[in-house]
Parts: sequence; C-alpha cells; structure tokens
Amino acid sequence: MSGFWGVTRAIVGREFLRFIHQRERFIAALVRPLVWLLIFAAGFRAALGLSIIPPYQTYITYETYIVPGLCAMVLLFNGMQSSLSLVYDREMGSMRLLLTSPYPRWWLLFCRLFGSTAISILQVYAFLAIAALFGITLPALGYIAVLPGLILGGLMLGALGLVLSSFISQLENFAGVMNFVIFPMFFLSSALYPLWKMAESSPLLRDICAFNPFTHVVELIRFLLYLQLNFHALAWVVLSTLVLSLLAVWGYDPARGLMKRKG
Amino acid sequence: MTGGLRVTDLSFDYGPKKALDRVSLAVPPGQFCALLGPNGAGKSTLVSLLTRLLVAPTGDIHVAGHDLRTAPRKALAELGVVFQQPTLDLNLTVRQNLSYFGALHGLPRGEMPGRIDAALDRLDMRARGDEKARALNGGHRRRMELARALLHEPSVLLLDEPTVGLDAAARAAITDHVHDLAQQGLCVLWTTHLTDEVRDDDALLVLHRGQIIDAGVTGDIRGAQTLSDWFLTRTGAPA
Repeated sequence: MSGFWGVTRAIVGREFLRFIHQRERFIAALVRPLVWLLIFAAGFRAALGLSIIPPYQTYITYETYIVPGLCAMVLLFNGMQSSLSLVYDREMGSMRLLLTSPYPRWWLLFCRLFGSTAISILQVYAFLAIAALFGITLPALGYIAVLPGLILGGLMLGALGLVLSSFISQLENFAGVMNFVIFPMFFLSSALYPLWKMAESSPLLRDICAFNPFTHVVELIRFLLYLQLNFHALAWVVLSTLVLSLLAVWGYDPARGLMKRKG
Repeated sequence: MTGGLRVTDLSFDYGPKKALDRVSLAVPPGQFCALLGPNGAGKSTLVSLLTRLLVAPTGDIHVAGHDLRTAPRKALAELGVVFQQPTLDLNLTVRQNLSYFGALHGLPRGEMPGRIDAALDRLDMRARGDEKARALNGGHRRRMELARALLHEPSVLLLDEPTVGLDAAARAAITDHVHDLAQQGLCVLWTTHLTDEVRDDDALLVLHRGQIIDAGVTGDIRGAQTLSDWFLTRTGAPA
C-alpha cells in the first residue's frame, strides 16, 4: 500500500509544483470570479430582485446570491484547466511517463483528479477570503461545512475534464471546449439566477438548467454554505461524478487507443 | 527463454492502415538489439505496444517473463523506457524529476536519495542534480532520461530513437553507454533509423512496412556492404 500512497503524493505534489510555477494561472483564477462578484453583480444588483428562497432566510443581495455559483465557477475552470494540461502533457510526452507506471491506470487518473481538485479548493477559499474582505460574508461554520461539497464538485468537474481530454485530439481544439462546454454549463445553471426566475422567461430553459449537473454543484455548495444539505443536489452530483469517472477510465483505456494519434 | 523481451505474432492497425503485421522478436538478457527501420516502418507503434500505451488485439508481449496483457504491473515494473519525445518536466530540478518517476514506480521514499545518487553517478550527472532540467542541454537531458529509466533497476531497457536531435559527441556517448549496459546483462531494444549506431556484433532486426524482414547478427547480415548501403537496398529508404 505504501507504493500507492507514494504515487498519490508524487502526482499531487507535482500538480502543486506546477501550479506554483504558474502564478498567472492563480491570479487569473482569482480575478475571474472577483470580476463577476465586484463588477457584474454590482451592476445587476438593482435589476434583479430576489425573493426569499431556501436556503436563505432573509432577503439577500445579488452579490450574496452569486457567491456559491462563483465558487463552482472556480471549480469548473480548474477542471477545464486540468483537462487542458492533460492534453498538453499528451502532446509533450510526459503523459507517457505517467501511463507507463506499473500502477493501475484508474488509480493514476484518480490521483491526477485529486491533485487538481485540491488546487481548485485552495482557489475557492482564496476567493471566499477576498469576498469577505469586501464585506460579502457567509455563516462562519459554512466555510467549513462547504468543504465536502467543494471536494465532490471538484471531483465531478475534474472528471468531466478528464473525459474531455481523452476525446480532444489536439491542443488547438481546446477553444471549442470553451465555447461548447464551459459557457453553456455556466450560463445554463443556477449560478447567476435562480431557476424560478429562469422559468418566468422560459420553462424549457429552466428544465435544461435543472438537468445540468453544474446547477447541482452550485446548489450543493449554496446549501452547505448555509449549513443545510440539499439531498437532491447531492444525489445528482454523486451520480454525475460516478458516470463521468467511468467514462474517463474508459476514455483512457489502452485498448481504446488514446495514444494512437501520437503513436 | 524466461528473461528478456519476447514478442509473439503482434499485429496492430490504425483503422484500415496496417501498422504491424505479425511481428515476433526475442531479445535475451545481455543482448543489445537494434531495431532498424525507416520512418513510418512501425517502430513507434511497436514501442507504444511494448509500453502498454496501446494494447494490440492479437499477439503477446512478455517482459522478463511477465505477460503484459495478464500481468501488466509486473511487466511494466521490469521495463525501463527512454521515449523519443522528451518527457522531462523542465520546471523541476533533475532530482525532482527522478524522484517523481521513482514514486510512480513505487520506490520506497527512504531508498530514493541513494538510488537517485547511484543513477546520476552512473551517467556522471550528480553535479547537475539540483539544477532545473531546463538548464541542461539536449545531450544532458537525454542522459538524465536514461538515468531515470534505470532508476527502478529494470531488466529490460527500451529506447525509442534516443539520439534524435543530439550532436555527434552526445550520440556516441549515449550509444556507448547503452552498449556497456547490455554487456553488464541488461536486455536492450534500441530503435533507430541511423545505421551508424549499430555495431557488427549487435543483434539486428529490420522493420519495414510493419513486418520484420531480417533478423540476425549485424555483421553477418550486411556481408561485405556497409550497413547503410545494405539497409538502403533492402528497404529502398536512405538510412
């Protein structure tokens, strides 16, 4: 078992070292949600009236409403960033080194996933700390209670990144992922507007949002931040994580020939 | 033969294009075997199959007696690989690169520093251990990759065109070193398209259009011709 632990430590450690070497990435990951929070939300504050919906017990400002969505956004972008670096690794050759380790491939992939999730979570907390500095605070215990939700959401979105990386043949195709995965996932969710608000303009869009697993990551985080558990969201996220993980393992199956294109 | 590398009836295709057609080969321990083939002969596909980056629908691969299909962990643990593409993390130091690899192969943490020192000593690289990989020149990077491939003390060493992009001195140094390793008992499969890396007493396999078209001892095969001329007449490709 010590070998498994050593592999985990090495892969996670390398993800951290890589992250430290890319300071721009950290800054970009922080600036993105802060722009939404401090500029976009400030502008929309007046336009969007929010009624009291669970888990909130009082009227809340729009800034407060979008914090969970922005936490999930950090996880989403990081999942995609990790997917991008997997494709990059494959093009550059270092993926070969990883995949020729004698340890089971699913375990190697899980370690990668775990490493990138840990980095995402650090970024979420950095974002929450800055938001608090600007006066957007949450229940104190919520910061701790949300951790399992962040882990699960990070794993789900990281697994999505793994699946995508196994199907993207070239680095150049990554812009497509941005357009066809990140934006629809983010905008067709409850991150920026509650679903009942969406239903007012289009019940169909509301149904799509309710089907989008990202919505459930957002809601899981939102409820946990207020010390409540949304079982429906939890079930959706767990199920999506399982399905995406299985797809990722299948995508990286050597018999399927992921490395063919570079063979 | 239980040790060494054994490939039996290996075929692989990319859709309609046949990359390898019933390839069989055997390299015993202590032998330097050169796999010579022009570009596109199927060398890289063979390397991908030997390292389990790809899995062939038919054929068997045994590394040190372990079947890669049924016991991949044991087989991969006996295999050291130098890939054609550079696989170093340039932002990490030489030692960090080696210990990352060692951990991927399950080496105990306590043994790591000693093993890394020994691996670096073998290739005269110890003084460079704390430098970033980015600071090394092409020849030293390759040497480091070789040191890394030997870190877990494999019994089979696979090198995929390891001298591509190196200058003459670096090429000669790597080629000599790996020949020495074979003499010390390592089983070596060295793929190349450069005939001057192959010595007369090396075992030679010629891969052309996915098939092994010649196998034997280099000196016997080439006869009175230079290996380069012989290879050219045999494959129609300049070596």
